Amino acid sequence: MALAPSSPAPVMGNPSDDGRFGRFGGRFVPETLVPACQELEAAFRDAWGDPTFRAEFDHLLRTYANRPSLLSECTRLSEQLGLRLILKREDLNHTGSHKINNVLGQALLAKRMGKTKLIAETGAGQHGVASATAAALLGLECVVYMGEVDMVRQSLNVFRMKLLGAEVRPAMSGSRTLKDAVNEAMRAWVSDIADTHYLLGSVMGPHPYPWMVREFHRVIGDEAREQCRELTGADPDVVVACVGGGSNAAGIFSGFAELPSVRLVGVEPAGGAAVGRGVPGVVHGMLSYLMQDEFGQVQEAESVSAGLDYPGVGPEHSHLADIGRAEYHPVNDDEVIEAFQLMARTEGIIPALECAHALAWISRERASMKGQTVLMNLSGRGDKDVAQVQSILDGRLT
Amino acid sequence: MIDLEAHLRRRRAEGRKLFVPYVSGGLDGEWVDLVRAFADAGADAIEVGIPFSDPVMDGPTIQEASVRSLERGTTPHTVVAELRGVSDEIGVPLIVMTYYNIVFRAGHRRFAQELAEASISGAILPDLPLEEVGPWAEAADEAGVATVLLAAPTAPDERLPRICERSRGFVYAVSLLGVTGERQSLATTAVGMAERLKAVTDRPVIIGIGISNAEQAREACSVADGIVMASALMRLRLDGASVQEVAAAARKVREAIDG
Repeated sequence: MALAPSSPAPVMGNPSDDGRFGRFGGRFVPETLVPACQELEAAFRDAWGDPTFRAEFDHLLRTYANRPSLLSECTRLSEQLGLRLILKREDLNHTGSHKINNVLGQALLAKRMGKTKLIAETGAGQHGVASATAAALLGLECVVYMGEVDMVRQSLNVFRMKLLGAEVRPAMSGSRTLKDAVNEAMRAWVSDIADTHYLLGSVMGPHPYPWMVREFHRVIGDEAREQCRELTGADPDVVVACVGGGSNAAGIFSGFAELPSVRLVGVEPAGGAAVGRGVPGVVHGMLSYLMQDEFGQVQEAESVSAGLDYPGVGPEHSHLADIGRAEYHPVNDDEVIEAFQLMARTEGIIPALECAHALAWISRERASMKGQTVLMNLSGRGDKDVAQVQSILDGRLT
Repeated sequence: MIDLEAHLRRRRAEGRKLFVPYVSGGLDGEWVDLVRAFADAGADAIEVGIPFSDPVMDGPTIQEASVRSLERGTTPHTVVAELRGVSDEIGVPLIVMTYYNIVFRAGHRRFAQELAEASISGAILPDLPLEEVGPWAEAADEAGVATVLLAAPTAPDERLPRICERSRGFVYAVSLLGVTGERQSLATTAVGMAERLKAVTDRPVIIGIGISNAEQAREACSVADGIVMASALMRLRLDGASVQEVAAAARKVREAIDG
């Protein structure tokens, strides 16, 4: 008997049993952590299939995080760029970025698993602040690891975390940025595993994190798709998001991945273009595109944005690039600073430097998208970046 | 090349506890001398670290050693090249310890071949657990290089026999919940871990991570077949001790476990 043709697997569906998206992903962690990852995977599968957990998560998103987030049409900027620019306003969420979705999901899950303590890593501080917030809300302890360099760049966020009752510990090794904060958090997890949940902040790390974090952010794409249809009567031509580890991009892409007419674009910093310049490698528990030297030493990313200062990328993005479902393009720091100002003075929105990457690409490539509808994920607000941009622009702003 | 497991089993059969000191490869101009000195001090095997930029299983001491080594321009190839022939000369098997990306980047077969050609008997890759070890372990088996697996206190009982079965050379018992580094006392989990492993395997069981002095080594060897000592010895070297002084510290450990 011939087998009936099976329907193709969904583009952003579940990973394989060994945690792979195509050839990427996996679980490359010290033996000590393997049982913890297995326990987490089982707990997530159970919770995600449990209507009570879903209702609890949904309730927090609506009554605490301020969801659904708005969709804003950019009238003046659209006119200037010659296309129809629509923003998904994750910057209006509580704590000022999309990160709140994932931390609420994971903190609820940690509580369900009987954990009393959260550890987290942070680059720009957005995920750290969000983690400290979720910990305060749910009565959990919280320790955040942050690169020493980033603690200087984002000192206000360090203070915010402390105000929220979290302890911030500096990562002093390597480049003293996000990559090293992840290393420190993993070491801490190895040492303190019984009552601690590692609240990883992006679609990266060992299985099940890349999948679980994307599922907690899926709400971005699901809302945006419906809101866009309501506003324009159609799907957008292009969906654009910045990519460091890639959580906000994974969230918004997941709402459109099954619509072949929608072009998906991830924008990387030129100094941290894992998909664009990396080769497959293994770090932080996952096999993915990675910036590394010929011997396999991981290279240090360099970006004006602490949140994108990461030499790797979530494994599902590597897969989406491999199968051609999403494209990834770099922009440089100057283009980003320009875009940051452009959005501020044209739309009255100060974007996070991370999201300014997405606008920088749209602005540079606008001629090729003339008249098209472009949906950009404005994943965070820029208040945290104002002092840094001030020092960059010192004297140049007239 | 010395067969790691046969060598260790033979030593164990002689009633000897197994001592495996560690050297960070490429640490300084005398690191290979330290390998030779450890052999003279009574090592049964010697672990050599190939530095990696992001060593998640390592605490401050090995991190510091790795950074220092990388800053000197050390690469996986320079470490292996400097070890060529050393094992045959000293009559002690060598085991490299590094992270999986170093191997993945070089290619499984090529890396295994390179080790074999330098008479390096084994490899420890602490971020390559049982579920992911297959492709490397097959290439290593083919080249005659032993893949030593770690077993940690978090493993449920059903997992330990599977780890022991796939491990080659010996089973590396992780003494505690934590990364490499010196500790004030032997973890309460250490001896229990060795007991759990001894109950399910005939392979040598060697305890590592956190074994910091001769007294702790002796205590660990009350059940285990031997110990790995890394950070405590490297701390001495990083703080300026001579090759002879570090080797003397190793000899003390040897004497303590010989009882």
